[in-house]
Amino acid sequence: MMEVLPRRPAPIALPIGSDADLARVRQHVRLVATELGFGLVQQTKLVTAASELARNTLVHGGGGQAEITPLEEGHRTGLRLSFVDQGPGIRDVALAMTDGYSTGGGLGLGLSGAERLVHEFAIETGPGRGTTVTAVAWVTGVPAPRSGAGPRRPGAR
Amino acid sequence: MTVPSPGPPSPVPVLALGDILLVTLPGELHDATAEQLQQDITERIARSGATGVVIDISGVDIVDSYLGRVLAEIARTAALLAARTVLAGMRPAVAITLVELGLTLTGLTTALDVDRAMRLLSDPVVERPEAVDRTEGSP
Repeated sequence: MMEVLPRRPAPIALPIGSDADLARVRQHVRLVATELGFGLVQQTKLVTAASELARNTLVHGGGGQAEITPLEEGHRTGLRLSFVDQGPGIRDVALAMTDGYSTGGGLGLGLSGAERLVHEFAIETGPGRGTTVTAVAWVTGVPAPRSGAGPRRPGAR
Repeated sequence: MTVPSPGPPSPVPVLALGDILLVTLPGELHDATAEQLQQDITERIARSGATGVVIDISGVDIVDSYLGRVLAEIARTAALLAARTVLAGMRPAVAITLVELGLTLTGLTTALDVDRAMRLLSDPVVERPEAVDRTEGSP
């Protein structure tokens, strides 16, 4: 049996079918990001991006799932968030990525805003093919998760 | 770290302190709860004749574009009913994230905490947010 590393949470897939699921996705992303050693501001950005993208999956994709995957590449640690739906797909990705463009009655900041909050961002979609949005963020800066140095960890409240 | 289970959403209480309504948002807010709150506040203003609303978001981990829109709409609706809204206690990380997200919530009056928000609303002279910002800094 493989040894489970304590600081490396397992990948998980969560369903997105209601606004309660959005809350669950946010909480889980927060939890995993904390465990991976993301700082408070980065955590906040990640959870916010997750909230935007999960809501897109719910509103535009008719529901789907969120995949939360911890990453390790050499010495760097990251988190990949994928939001998958089997909905109608996005016809014009460039247009959908435009600030202020919205078909869902929102502010039109979901996709474009989420992209600004993470390091890597990709959309796979097409009419009738569903949509998968993938966002990746890497832990930046030196503070180690349990050093006690750096900003106050949010779990302490 | 304790993660409260999402569970069924319960309404956010709206407290009346004199002419001011005080709403303290919980850390995790479901979309439906946020929308319900918008209705609750609006009805309370109309019924009580409250002249101010303080929304305490010091316990809120994240404000996404949905919650941001609801907050801005609460303020605009309150304004139509002759009440001023002050958003109190935004966390620094939330402010940084909102700006990067592209959601600057222009037009919303803010205060660093509930105390300052209450003082701001109890000042009858001040109407323009710009003027308020300047007086806030002086003792």
